[in-house]
Amino acid sequence: MHYVAVSLAMLLIGTAGLLTRRNIVIILMSIELILNAVNINLVAFSKHHGNAAGQVFAIFVIAVAVAEAAVGLGILLALFRNRETVQVDEVDLLKW
Amino acid sequence: MNFLDTLWLIPMFPLLGAALMMLLGRHQFLDPQMKNSSVGHHHHHDRGHDQDLRPRQGPRWLIGPLCSGFVLLSFLWSLGAVFAGRSEQVLFTWVAGLPFPAFDGRMVTLTADWGYLLDPLSAVMILMVTGIGFLIHVYSIAYMAHDGGLYRYFGCLNLFVFFMLVLVMANNYLLLFVGWEGVGLASYLLIGFYFKRKPASDAAIKAFLMNRLGDAGYLMALFFLLSIFGTVRFTEMQAAPHPLLPWATLLLLAAAIGKSAQIPLFTWLPDAMEGPTPVSALMHAATMVTAGVYLIVRAEPFFRLTPEVGSLTAAIGAASAVIAASIALVQHDIKKVLAYSTVSQLGLMFMALGVGAYWAALFHVVTHSFFKAQLFLGAGSVIHALDGEQDLRLMGGLRHQMPQTFRTMFIGTLALAGWPGLAGYFSKDSILTSAWVASPVLFGAGLFTALLTAFYMGRLLFLTFFGPYRGDQNIHESPKRMTVPLWVLSIGSIGAGWFGTPFAGWLGATPEPHSWAIMVASAVVAVAGLGIAYHFYLRRPGTADRWEEGVAPVARLLRARWYFDDLYELIFVRGLARQGGDWLSAWDRRVVDGGVNGAGWLARKAGDISKWSDTWIVDGAVNLTAISVKLSSFPVRYLQTGLAQGYAFLIVLSLAAMAGWYLLRSA
Repeated sequence: MHYVAVSLAMLLIGTAGLLTRRNIVIILMSIELILNAVNINLVAFSKHHGNAAGQVFAIFVIAVAVAEAAVGLGILLALFRNRETVQVDEVDLLKW
Repeated sequence: MNFLDTLWLIPMFPLLGAALMMLLGRHQFLDPQMKNSSVGHHHHHDRGHDQDLRPRQGPRWLIGPLCSGFVLLSFLWSLGAVFAGRSEQVLFTWVAGLPFPAFDGRMVTLTADWGYLLDPLSAVMILMVTGIGFLIHVYSIAYMAHDGGLYRYFGCLNLFVFFMLVLVMANNYLLLFVGWEGVGLASYLLIGFYFKRKPASDAAIKAFLMNRLGDAGYLMALFFLLSIFGTVRFTEMQAAPHPLLPWATLLLLAAAIGKSAQIPLFTWLPDAMEGPTPVSALMHAATMVTAGVYLIVRAEPFFRLTPEVGSLTAAIGAASAVIAASIALVQHDIKKVLAYSTVSQLGLMFMALGVGAYWAALFHVVTHSFFKAQLFLGAGSVIHALDGEQDLRLMGGLRHQMPQTFRTMFIGTLALAGWPGLAGYFSKDSILTSAWVASPVLFGAGLFTALLTAFYMGRLLFLTFFGPYRGDQNIHESPKRMTVPLWVLSIGSIGAGWFGTPFAGWLGATPEPHSWAIMVASAVVAVAGLGIAYHFYLRRPGTADRWEEGVAPVARLLRARWYFDDLYELIFVRGLARQGGDWLSAWDRRVVDGGVNGAGWLARKAGDISKWSDTWIVDGAVNLTAISVKLSSFPVRYLQTGLAQGYAFLIVLSLAAMAGWYLLRSA
């Protein structure tokens, strides 16, 4: 029960960060929070049901998260070199 | 070694020489540009000068002996083959079954081999071509020593020998045509040898074009023969009466007239004297021009079946003989005299062909080739000595300075004039005998020609070698390499007549028995002609001029060469060429230019249409798509704000809504 509560808290904190912070670095960190909230849930329910599949799944998620962080930071670097900003609301050319 | 199996080698040797000279000559036998090389024949005075001009000298001296050697090989091979017997050798199938619509609607198949036929007729011809060809090659070595482009000269000469051998050795009419055209080409190249001189290049073109008229006749005759017989091979053609046969023989006659320079196509031959003198001797006197006679002898079965064409042949021959001989009377150029004499003698041969005395014609071909080659080479020797002077009026008394040339020329003159016992006497006598049997008119023409011949040859001899010298050159006898061939030819001029009978036997004809009356008449005429010439030009030197004044209209006619050239000039050059030029220019301006401009206009119009369709239809379609998308997406697209967090907010909101709905429903 506590596991789920911690997981829910992390999810909500991550979502709030994702929606409210303007700095892309912070947003990426928020996304990591969300992913890890899911991981905790997976591991918790894996333990609860006595099924190892959930833990294996968590490891996959960690791997994907690493890749995602690397790509995200790469894009961020490229963006900064071109626009000299990391504020997400200043990057809004792709519209209508 | 079996000569008959290696028949193909005979034309191969000169071809090899020609290929060597023409492909490698320019580089391997380097022949540096020589001063005045194309202007005249002789440059004794600047010989030392030349050596300074040569940057590096290839083995130039090798060219002549090499090419002469090839022809000598060819001659020896022919000799071997001729004595080995008769043969027909097919090298390969050249034209394999070409379907061809005949004149009567049948389909015939044109099959032709590249094959050589050695029969008595071709044997005589190849011996003559290679034998006399070899002597003239040897003569040329010395004669052309100071001219540029030696490799070109000898290459063309060898090429000529090759094509002439193909012509006389071919075993079918198609291959014969290859040689026929080939000698025309070689002739063109050699007449125009001094191509930087306008008259030479003009003469070359004239010779080529006039031959072309005859060649067109040959080509049509070939189609007729193919239609009639279904084959072009000599040995497969069985002569039989056929409604189309007269046309075929008539066209063959046209071809022979072109090549052998008979009326009305004879005017190219005198002009061809622009070529080097040995070329005149070889091609325009001794061998190539006899191709026409050879053709008619070869086509003898057809001519026998069409006596009307034979009569025409005889008439043309007789007219050519008399007219050309009469023109020769007043020529001042030593080579032109001999050229008209050639036309005249060929006319006699045609006369013999026309009356059916094929063996007599061939006999005269052979004897004539000896003494005419000899006379031309002798004339060349004189021209060589006089540094290019060809005018009889500026010669005279040369017998002291040039004894060798004089003696050989003397023999040649007597042989041509028909001095009893020499070659020309016997062959001319054969022709006269045959003509007498056929028609007294032809006999009269022949006898008259003989008289004129004796006269103009006497005139040539007396004006050149007797009397006082009228020029101002430093005269010297020609080198041995030039006089030795002259002496060898003299042997033929003296002796060839005594071998008269074999031709008759070989060709399967029986000659008319020699008539003593005709023999005596012929001898009397020959001696009389020479005697009159002696009286006119030596004993009473002014006589000729007085006579010319006495018969001024005739003299004018002869000097104008019976107005043949003027007539052709008027009709063809001025009339057709100029009028045709106008027509052509109108055609160019109206039709050709019109077509080009029309095409341009069309392209521009098409471009306009294409541009309009691009702007309005293609671009229009693209723009229409864009506009319709823009319109139809009107309110929704404003959701696309470009702010990533807006999208994230929507996603979260949607997820929350879905989760809420799920929870409410399950509760």
